Amino acid sequence: MSLGKEMSLKKMSRTHVNCTINGDEVDFLTTDATSLLDALRDEVGLTGAKEGCGTGDCGACSVLVDGRIQCSCLIFAPEAEGRHITTVEGMADGEHLHPLQQTFLEGAALQCGICTPGFLLAAKALLDENPAPTETEIRYGLAGNLCRCTGYDKIIRAVQEAAVQLKGA
Amino acid sequence: MTATEHPPAYKYVGTRPIRHDGYDKVIGKARFAADLNLPGQLHGAIHRSPHAHAKILSIDTSAAEAMPGVKVVVTGDDFPALDPKNPNFDLAANIIARGVAYYHGHAIAAVAANTKPEAQAAAAAIKVEYELLPAVLSIDESMADGAPLVNETNHTKFVPPGEPSNLSTITNLDRGDVDDALAAADVVIEREFDCAHVHQGYIEPHACVVDTGPDGKTSVWCSSQGHFRVRSMTADVLGWDKSRVKVTPAEIGGGFGGKTTVYLEPLAARLSEKAGKPVKMVMSREEVLRATGPAPEAKMKIKIGATNDGELTAIDGWMAYGVGAFGDMAGLIGAMSVASYKFPNLRMETYTALTNTPKSAAYRAPSAPHAAFAIESVVDEVALELGMDPIELRLKNAAVEGDLTAMGMPHPRVGLVECLEALKASDHYNSEVPEGAARGVAVGFWFNIGEESSATVNLNEDGTATVLTGSPDIGGSRASMALMAAERLGIDVYSITPVVADTEAVGFTDVTEGSRATFATGKAVVQACDMIIDELKKRAASIMSVDVDQVAWVDGAAVSAGHGGGEGGEPLTLAAITAQAKRTGGPLTATASLNAAGAGPSFAVHCADISVDEETGVVSVLRYTAVQDAGTAIHPSYVEGQFQGGSVQGIGWALNEEYIYNADGVMDNASFLDYRIPVASDLPLIETIIVEVPNPAHPYGVRGVGETGIVPPMATIANAINAATGVRMTSLPMSPPKLLSALNKRSK
Amino acid sequence: MKYAAPTTVDEARSLLADNPGSRVFAGATDLIPQMRSGRPEPAVLVDLKRIDQLMAVSHGEGKWTIGAATPTADLTRNGAFSGMFPGISEGAGLIGSDQIQNRSSLGGNLCNGSPAADSVPALIAADARAVIASSDGTRTVAVAEVVTGPGQTSLADDEFIVEFEIDDAPANTGDAYLRMIPRTEMDIAVVGAAVRLTMDGDTVTDASVVLGAVAPTAVRVPDAEAALVGSRLDDDTLAAVSAAASAACNPIDDKRGTIEYRTQVAGVLAKRAAVIAADRAQNGA
Ligand SMILES: Cc1cc2nc3c(=O)[nH]c(=O)nc-3n(C[C@H](O)[C@H](O)[C@H](O)COP(=O)(O)OP(=O)(O)OC[C@H]3O[C@@H](n4cnc5c(N)ncnc54)[C@H](O)[C@@H]3O)c2cc1C
Ligand code: FES
Ligand code: FES
Repeated sequence: MSLGKEMSLKKMSRTHVNCTINGDEVDFLTTDATSLLDALRDEVGLTGAKEGCGTGDCGACSVLVDGRIQCSCLIFAPEAEGRHITTVEGMADGEHLHPLQQTFLEGAALQCGICTPGFLLAAKALLDENPAPTETEIRYGLAGNLCRCTGYDKIIRAVQEAAVQLKGA
Repeated sequence: MTATEHPPAYKYVGTRPIRHDGYDKVIGKARFAADLNLPGQLHGAIHRSPHAHAKILSIDTSAAEAMPGVKVVVTGDDFPALDPKNPNFDLAANIIARGVAYYHGHAIAAVAANTKPEAQAAAAAIKVEYELLPAVLSIDESMADGAPLVNETNHTKFVPPGEPSNLSTITNLDRGDVDDALAAADVVIEREFDCAHVHQGYIEPHACVVDTGPDGKTSVWCSSQGHFRVRSMTADVLGWDKSRVKVTPAEIGGGFGGKTTVYLEPLAARLSEKAGKPVKMVMSREEVLRATGPAPEAKMKIKIGATNDGELTAIDGWMAYGVGAFGDMAGLIGAMSVASYKFPNLRMETYTALTNTPKSAAYRAPSAPHAAFAIESVVDEVALELGMDPIELRLKNAAVEGDLTAMGMPHPRVGLVECLEALKASDHYNSEVPEGAARGVAVGFWFNIGEESSATVNLNEDGTATVLTGSPDIGGSRASMALMAAERLGIDVYSITPVVADTEAVGFTDVTEGSRATFATGKAVVQACDMIIDELKKRAASIMSVDVDQVAWVDGAAVSAGHGGGEGGEPLTLAAITAQAKRTGGPLTATASLNAAGAGPSFAVHCADISVDEETGVVSVLRYTAVQDAGTAIHPSYVEGQFQGGSVQGIGWALNEEYIYNADGVMDNASFLDYRIPVASDLPLIETIIVEVPNPAHPYGVRGVGETGIVPPMATIANAINAATGVRMTSLPMSPPKLLSALNKRSK
Repeated sequence: MKYAAPTTVDEARSLLADNPGSRVFAGATDLIPQMRSGRPEPAVLVDLKRIDQLMAVSHGEGKWTIGAATPTADLTRNGAFSGMFPGISEGAGLIGSDQIQNRSSLGGNLCNGSPAADSVPALIAADARAVIASSDGTRTVAVAEVVTGPGQTSLADDEFIVEFEIDDAPANTGDAYLRMIPRTEMDIAVVGAAVRLTMDGDTVTDASVVLGAVAPTAVRVPDAEAALVGSRLDDDTLAAVSAAASAACNPIDDKRGTIEYRTQVAGVLAKRAAVIAADRAQNGA
């Protein structure tokens, strides 16, 4: 995509972005300064990713981009062109929860739940890459996700439990 | 682990079902306030003061109003004049400045526009002329003779009206003869302490959507710990009747006390009224840190006397809390939180001082953590001086039923001794302290509150029940309501749908604070269940054609001695009765409302093993155990969660969290990168021991558990640091630079 | 503001030349927070991540070539690279969280111009070079010469870094990077120290010591290097390294640390990093 001078002068024109979100081909219009987080929430209507800070510090906005965990608040929406994006809404297989979703529920790994979508995706990315992490690896792997309610204890245990279940599966 | 002396035989209470609202929260469907949108809504943004204290000479909104997409702009002039008789006077002045900006970040004007970027650009284009006033930025400055006034409308409370003052409360508590007792003591330890401002740090910023219709009726959807309070506060600020406002609670992304007040709703309501459209407002993290309530800063001086055999004979305390630019009662509450030991002689002088910083708000056990940091540190020094085990010293002096708090109130049945014994018996306390590490312990107390709650129980045709309450669920309370209702009604916990209902669908309920939801609202739920059981028995009696006295409610069914039971001689189940409701008198529903007395205080004891890198001042927490009296744990997982969350907030407060202000009163670290709340890799697992000393004033013995957990950690860590290094840290946070500097002084 | 995603270096070059006031970016992990706190929007945002050359890590002809926009996670996961330059890998691997690591680049870390940038001290210690695309071709400069002050670089407005080159480490060479932060993760370095040593047996034959976050730019500490060369890392040497590192500090007091603290801890970290680097030089990473 190249850009001529006249185009750069056009104010507030919106960019058409095509990508795959949770397995579906999706297109949306956005201004170029919009973050992927805002585009997902306001243009695509997926509000599972949350804004806790808008500056990369809390992880509540985490999504998978081509399988890699990233803060959607630190991505410009047009960058999504052609990418595969997974949000928390795409984690379950229909009615069938992902093992992490199930162990979070069973292990009371959420209190208010605002951090939960980000943790679930970050934990998925972690386990996809390292199916048998140590407690320390889980703690460092999830250090980009802040939770103020739980003290992390039950989150760590839920990830450990999911790792065991996924290995058995 | 749970330490219960005589476990009662409950079927549901004390079990760990998956919470009813959990599914939506793990699939991303739960609706938090910022997730809500109304057709045609505008977006709001706020222009905030760039100065810590300044007179507003003029506000020019014309450029902003002319900008693309901008619909309306409001300033203080769009709100009713401040009336000192208004119970929410301070709140109203905090929501939007009237003539004076009292802190950096104070709202000056608000804009509504078609998009958020347009609103933000317009807010930035508002021009304000200021005359700078002297900014008072510390407790010392505030309390100094001849200090400039922080806020000329502040008067000291509870004393005859006089000149405006920088002090909001002055309290003196006295019992026995402190001077004599200290003179007679074998050991006297005195230390001075200070604590920086800290924030609740909820991950969800404040957010609301407000729609004011042409009829004046205003609907609010918001993130709050108490939507009835949002209703009254919003109405008070706007000078409206409360009934004009309907508040529907969204899911709330953490509060910890910080969402017991309002910041945005009155602004959004006025913007919406002027624009004739719904208005959505969402704070940025920076705004949350600059303009919403932190917990107070504090300075304390504590002197404790003891006999050689470990009796704590006297405490002489001086405590001042800095609460920002508007008065509150932090000092008084700090004094109320002194209640862990018998202290036959006690003197507590406390102050609440104003500074030109944001108005502080409640944060878990407000004021108690500061006091406990100081007192528990000094108690630790006494134990060291006497060569006593810190648990034994505390056991010897622990408050029990009938002992007086600092306020002179006798304790009801409390579980401090049980908590201390449980820690003493724990695996953690009995384990070797790891090589290179050291251990600390400390106690915490919170009195908890009761207040007003309502609950409605509706039985459905299919034999299920809907339980409506007015207590926003900030950490699993819906599950607890369902468990109590299931226990009472005798039906499965998943046959209960617990709902947090709006201000027009359920009776008045106070805010979820003071650890009161499971206690007070739970009590209302149980009462409504009992009322409905009475009705079920009547219906059963008529179906079974027996006298109602002969019907008992057992295991979710009516049984009658005079009758073989239901049609087939079987007990008549709840579902069988609701199926015939139409025939026997119509729908079954009951509502209970109460003002709950008898909130049970909750004590906690924490224990930490830590290590210190003496070359860098970095503290690592290696093992941590929280022991606390829950009365009865309705859903033990969420009780543990409260202990763990409180502990970790306290660990953050102990080690790194603080507001860093520059000389102009501007917060330098207004982001989650530099306001350092703990991350997962900072912590070990948080072991918990639930002690259950039932509260006699609750049908299942519940004590609130939400707050005490944040009280002990600061002293627990300080005591462990002292054990590790011989350095007594008296200033929070005990951050690496402060600790290294103290270590440098030690070795000199 | 317009977004553009060129696919070749030339295309990026002409976008910059044709649109004054534009800015390249890779991970945007510095750029977006800065824009949020009021930094002016560029005319055109030039996304470098669709240019293959800037996203590649390769090894050949006695050197490593690292695309300037490559996410640092790709570098730290590269076993061969991390085996040869554990210190650079450590520094790059400390940037933010996994989320940040999947975006953050060496080019961004360097050109953001923060004295606290974690990947920079070890890159300087390894004598890494930056290959810069400018309107009339490319030029190559030492990484140490790119940053001139906080937020400032020696690059012209229409220049950008294409890739970094690092010569293979000589035999028996090891590097290490340590930083001090109050938390264990998600923090900006209060002090950073990189040390690279080449050893002959237990004697140091070559040394580089570079500190971060203690001066307006990352700084080399020649006195510490001099103390190390020829030594066997005995206690006196380490004390001299510490003292030299502390003496090289010219820090500021800010929300992240005091002058006193930074100065003292720089000495501690330099000494500790030297011990790790020596061990790696002798025994491999
Ligand atoms: C939560 C969080 C934690 C962080 N933690 C750390 C940390 O621990 N340590 C640390 O060092 N940093 C940290 N950072 C800062 C940041 O992530 C790093 O500096 C990162 O390496 C920047 O890379 P980027 O690709 O994202 O840069 P960008 O934001 O894309 O760019 C940064 C700057 O460099 C310029 N630039 C980018 N690429 C080039 C190029 N090829 N040529 C010329 N100029 C270029 C851009 O124009 C911009 O001015 C953190 C940031 C966040 C949000
Ligand atoms: S909202 Fe993106 S990291 Fe906090
Ligand atoms: S559950 Fe509330 S922030 Fe994690």
